[in-house]
Amino acid sequence: MNRGGITTTGGIFTALVLITGILLTGYAGMNAIDAVFGFHMYLMAAAAILGLLALLMGRPYRDDPGKYNYGVVKAFVIATLFWGVAGFSVGDYIAWELAFPFLNWDLPWTNFGRLRPLHTSAVIFAFGGNILLGSSFYVVQRTNHTRLAGNVAPWFVFWGYNLFILLAGTGYLLGVTQSREYAEPEWYVDIWLTLVWVTYLLVFMGTLMKRRVSHIYVANWFYLAFIITIAVLHLVNNMAVPVSFLGSKSYSLQAGVQDAMTQWWYGHNAVGFFLTAAFLAMMYYFVPKRAERPVYSYRLSIIHFWSLIFLYMWAGPHHLHYTALPDWTQSLGMTFSIILWMPSWGGMINGLMTLSGAWDKLRTDPVLRMLVVSIAFYGMSTFEGPMMAIKAVNALSHYTDWTVGHVHSGAMGWVGMVSFGVIYCLVPWLWGKERLYSMALVSWHFWLSTVGILLYITSMWVSGILQGLMWRAYDSLGFLEYSFVETVEAMHPFYVIRAIGGLFFVIGSLIMVFNVIMTIRVAPREESYSNAVLAPAE
Amino acid sequence: MSYEDVASLSGTIGLILFMSMFFVVLAYALWPRNKAKFDKAARAPLDEE
Repeated sequence: MNRGGITTTGGIFTALVLITGILLTGYAGMNAIDAVFGFHMYLMAAAAILGLLALLMGRPYRDDPGKYNYGVVKAFVIATLFWGVAGFSVGDYIAWELAFPFLNWDLPWTNFGRLRPLHTSAVIFAFGGNILLGSSFYVVQRTNHTRLAGNVAPWFVFWGYNLFILLAGTGYLLGVTQSREYAEPEWYVDIWLTLVWVTYLLVFMGTLMKRRVSHIYVANWFYLAFIITIAVLHLVNNMAVPVSFLGSKSYSLQAGVQDAMTQWWYGHNAVGFFLTAAFLAMMYYFVPKRAERPVYSYRLSIIHFWSLIFLYMWAGPHHLHYTALPDWTQSLGMTFSIILWMPSWGGMINGLMTLSGAWDKLRTDPVLRMLVVSIAFYGMSTFEGPMMAIKAVNALSHYTDWTVGHVHSGAMGWVGMVSFGVIYCLVPWLWGKERLYSMALVSWHFWLSTVGILLYITSMWVSGILQGLMWRAYDSLGFLEYSFVETVEAMHPFYVIRAIGGLFFVIGSLIMVFNVIMTIRVAPREESYSNAVLAPAE
Repeated sequence: MSYEDVASLSGTIGLILFMSMFFVVLAYALWPRNKAKFDKAARAPLDEE
């Protein structure tokens, strides 16, 4: 174990990169042509100075002398909790804003248009991203029986990724956006994320390469597919020409329907690889582990993996039904979406059936219950999605709240619940605790979330179908029966129900944060933990 | 080559390519000699340390 600070190759390399970064961002900050760009450059310079100081003090080398590097995983778990509460709260706030528009206070920073990307990015990339990166660093070490590659690099990934989120979020609030769904950050933030992501890929691959088992466990395949695909998606979708290298504004390299198709090729694969494949990786590790049962069918998991990643790539066009996109492309997107039913449900069955022989644990273990309900929501939303991708159904559902409800049954029900389950698993394991502080609080969280999600999605079903039907209603003379504002008025009660459901979800997440803090601070230590840390590897 | 020719050709190539890739995956997953390895792998989260 090197405790000499920056004397390793990685340390010296990082120091040089950070010094270059301070000079570059400092120069760009002083010569910035718009205020937000200047602010962001100074933010990056400050982060680089802090990083350099931490490096000189040898901080990355100091954590966790044990067999595995848990320090960085712990940091990811804490960041997940912070961003989760932030992202859910902003989401619920804008839900109230839709029900009672005065809540935007007529201020630019708090209007729906700026807060919505803050919510989506905070939940998908900040909450989801931190738990994905953290759990991948945990799983890749445990299933390959080897320590994480690098000392500085994993910490660079952690701080770099969270800096990316800070730059993205403050940019949205201050009005800097390239207006691409789930890819709103401007060009310079995209370049920064590219650096972080490539480092992440190298750490993950480096750990796989020094594995001490012959077969790479399937959860790692899902994580690797996620990392590689997100890199490709990010690069292609964000090809843009900055107006100036000293300003935030850029223009997309593509135009018209090609640009739209690229955006939804990216957008749907962000769903497919960020919110699906990577969370399936979590399912394939944490469900067997928690249920203490082997994977139901490993063969099915292989077929699941390859068919899922090959099919998802083609499903994007279903977001552009009845647009200028060529008809054959729309049909292609629809067809592949329908075929996706099979791997999705194959994977769901594989996850659920892993509990065979352990179903009784659902009664006693609320954490396992959370994981299982998340798989049920996964099955439900991956049934709904292909159905909505059918053109005839899409004609009714598109642009309505049904889509919003569908996204949230996936995001809150599947992604949220599986992440909560994983957090409840990881916290005692990482901090060496015998158990969680309170299982009763986990139950409270479980029920608050479940009821919240159900309120959310049922109100959005009604609202969405009502909205769709009102938009297409004609009177006997062939005129539209309702004006747009009448459809908005009809939405109001459902918007209130949705906001209440969201509030349940936020309260549940606050209970989780309390439970985790108390687990770390007061839960009894596991007997064997001190030995496990002190004993040398093997 | 007309648009129809291109469309039917790419459709045919896509069908053959994707189905054969799928059969390769099926063969790998279901190959009897791989069974022992996969049964062991299914226990990987449980067989740590």
